[in-house]
Amino acid sequence: MDAILLQIMNGLDKGGAYALIALGLTLIFGTLGVVNFAHGALFMLGAFCTVTLEKLLTLSQKIRDPNITFFAAYKEVPYLKIWFGETGQTIIDYSVPLSILLVIPVMLLIGIAMERGLIRYFYRRPHAEQILVTFGLAIVLQETVKAIFGANPIPVPAPPLVSGSADIGAMFGLGPGLAYPWWRLVYLGFSVVIIGGVFAFLQFTTYGMVVRAGMRDRETVGLLGINIRKRFTIVFGLAAVVAGLAGAMYTPILPPDYHMGMDFLVLSFIVVVVGGMGSLGGAVLAGFLLGILQSFASMNEVKAIIPGIDQIIIYLIAVIILLATPRGLMGRKGVMED
Amino acid sequence: MTTDSARKDWMLAGGFALAILTMPVWLTPIGASYPDLLQKFAIFGIFAVGFNILFGLTGYLSFGHAAFLGAGSYAAMWAFKALSMNVLPAVLFGVLVAGLFALVIGFISLRRSGIYFSILTLAFAQMSYNLAYSVLTPITNGETGLQLSRSDPRILDSLFGTETGAGLPSTNLFGVEMSGYPGFYFCAVMLILCFVISMRIFRSPFGMKLRAIKSNQNRMNYLGFNTGPYTLAAFVISGMYAGLAGALMVATDPLAGAERMQWTASGEVVLMTILGGAGTLVGPILGACIIKYCENIFSAFNERMLSNAFSLLPDPVQHFLVVVINPFVGEGWHLTLGLVFVLIVIFLPGGLMEGIRRLSRIRLGGPGGGAKDKAPLPGMAEART
Repeated sequence: MDAILLQIMNGLDKGGAYALIALGLTLIFGTLGVVNFAHGALFMLGAFCTVTLEKLLTLSQKIRDPNITFFAAYKEVPYLKIWFGETGQTIIDYSVPLSILLVIPVMLLIGIAMERGLIRYFYRRPHAEQILVTFGLAIVLQETVKAIFGANPIPVPAPPLVSGSADIGAMFGLGPGLAYPWWRLVYLGFSVVIIGGVFAFLQFTTYGMVVRAGMRDRETVGLLGINIRKRFTIVFGLAAVVAGLAGAMYTPILPPDYHMGMDFLVLSFIVVVVGGMGSLGGAVLAGFLLGILQSFASMNEVKAIIPGIDQIIIYLIAVIILLATPRGLMGRKGVMED
Repeated sequence: MTTDSARKDWMLAGGFALAILTMPVWLTPIGASYPDLLQKFAIFGIFAVGFNILFGLTGYLSFGHAAFLGAGSYAAMWAFKALSMNVLPAVLFGVLVAGLFALVIGFISLRRSGIYFSILTLAFAQMSYNLAYSVLTPITNGETGLQLSRSDPRILDSLFGTETGAGLPSTNLFGVEMSGYPGFYFCAVMLILCFVISMRIFRSPFGMKLRAIKSNQNRMNYLGFNTGPYTLAAFVISGMYAGLAGALMVATDPLAGAERMQWTASGEVVLMTILGGAGTLVGPILGACIIKYCENIFSAFNERMLSNAFSLLPDPVQHFLVVVINPFVGEGWHLTLGLVFVLIVIFLPGGLMEGIRRLSRIRLGGPGGGAKDKAPLPGMAEART
C-alpha cells in the first residue's frame, strides 16, 4: 500500500510537468492551429531564467576570511549578503520561487516575439512545415543556451525550508517510513494551481470566453468584429509563460541542461496526442495519467513480470490509444483529421 | 514516357555516377577528400534518398527513420558475427531485417496520417531505442554497442577455411578490406544503385501514384485507388534504404550502438532532406553531403584558426569578426545548422534545389522570359529533377 502511494506521488510531480507543457501545446494548437515543436525549448528557457537569476543573486566578491589568520585565505561572499546581511542570504535561498517574477515577463515577451516574428507566417502552411520550422527554432534556442551556459547541467538548490523530505506517511496516518521530497510536493501543488489558473482564465473571464470561442470557430469570431489575431498572440505568450514556469520550478528536481526541453517535448507531444489534440482537459488528464503509469512501470514488482516495460510504457500507451481511439482520450471531432 | 526523357534520365544517372566516383578528386580543394568523410557522404546520401521516397513523394513525415538505420546496423553486425566477414551477406541481411521491421511499423503507423503518423513513428523509434538500451541487451549489447570478437562463430568463413590471423578480423569484399578508399567505392556504388532505383521509382506509375497521394489522398480514394498498399510499399522501401545505410555504417566501421536510433538521428535525416530539397532526386544527397561536410569541417574550427583566417585584416576588424563568428563554428555549428534550416523552411521550402532552379531561371529567362514561369502548375516543379 505504502509503495503504491509513493509511486502515485512520484508520478504526480512528473505528470505535473507533462501536464503543464501539454497544456501550452494544446492552447497553441487549439487557437493558432500550429504544431509547436519549440515548446520544449520554452520549458528549457524558463529553467534557464531561474539559473540566470540564481547566478545574478549569487554574484560574489572575494573577501578575506577573518577566521584564518596564519595565511591570506579568501572566501566568496555574495554581494547581497554583504549589503543586506541575513536578509540577503534569505533572498538567495529563495531564488527559485523568486524567479517566477522574472520568468513571467520574460517568457511573455519571448512568446509574443516568437509568434509575431516567426509563427504567424506559418498559419497557412502545411503542418509538416510548421513542425520543421519550429524544430529548427528549437535547435537554435537550445544551441544558444548551450553557447551561453555550457553543456553541463547546472544544479539550483531549493529553498532550505522545503529542501528536506516530508513524512507523508505520518500525515496520512499510514505509518512511518514514507518520506517524500518537499519540493516535489510544492511542485505538484504549483502545477495544480497553474492549471487551475489557466482554466479559470479561460472559463470565467470575457477574454477567455473569446479565446474559447475562437478555438471553436475562428472565422465567426473574426466576423463579429473581434481582433482574434491579437488575442491569439496573447494566448501564445500565455502558453510560453506556462511552459516557462513549469521549467523554472522544475530546476530543483532536475538540474537544467540545454537539451532538457527536447526530452520533455517528445513526451509532452505524446501526452497531447493521448489526451486528444485540442482538448485542454485531455492534455491535463493524460499528463498526470502517463506520469503515474510511468512511475508504476518502474516498480521492481512490475519490471519482474514484464522486463523493460518502464522504458516503453508511455510510447506503448500512445500507440494503443492512437490505434484504438484516434482522437485520444478527450479529443473533439474534426480536429486534425486530414 | 518518351524516349527523349528516358535518355535524359540515363544521362543524369551517368553524370551522377561520374560525379560520385570522382568525389575524391574534385573534393580535394575544399579539404573533404578523405575516406572517412566520403564514406559518410555516401552512407547518409543513401539514408536521405530513402527518406525522400517516403517524405518527398507521399508527404508522410516520419520522425522515426533512425530505428531502421539502427535495425540494419544490428542485423549486419550479427551477419558479420555469425556468418562471414564478407560485406555482401551483411548488407543483404541488414536490408532484409530493416525491411521487415519497416513492414511491421509501417503497417501500424500508416493507419493514421498527418501529425499522428509522425508521433506514431516517433513513439516506435523511441521504443526501439529504449529497448535496445535495456531489455534487448543480449542482442544489442546495450550501452557498449555490438562489437566483433575473436570467438565469433562466422560459419561461412570457417566453412571455406578463411584464416583470420591474429587480432580482430576486418570486414572485406572477397578479400578487399572495407576501410579507406575501397570502403568508399563500395558505398559509392551502392549509392549510385540506390539513386537509379529511386529515379526509376520517381518516373514510374507507382511514383506518380505516391505523388498523387501527397497532393490529394481523398481524391485518390474517390478514384478507386486503395492508397494503403502504395504508402506501405513506399514506407518499406525507404526503411530498406535506411537499413542499407545502417549496414554500410558497420561495414566500414564495425560497431553498432543504440544512439543511432535516437530521435535526434531521425531529425537529422529530415534536416538533410529538407535542406537539399524534398521531392527532388539529387537534393537529399546534396543536403546529406553539406550537413556531413559542415559537421566535420566547421566543428573543427576554433578561435585560433579564425584569427589566422582573418589575420590579413586590421586588428580591430579581425577581433570583431572572430568574436562574431566564433559562436557559430566549432562546438556551436549546430546553431548555424538550426539557423540555416529555419531560413530554408521560411524562404525556400523546396530546399537548395529550388534555389538552384530559381537562380538558373533568372539567368536563362532574363527579363522577357519570366512570363511563362509566372504561374507554374503546382507539382510541376517537383516533377523535374
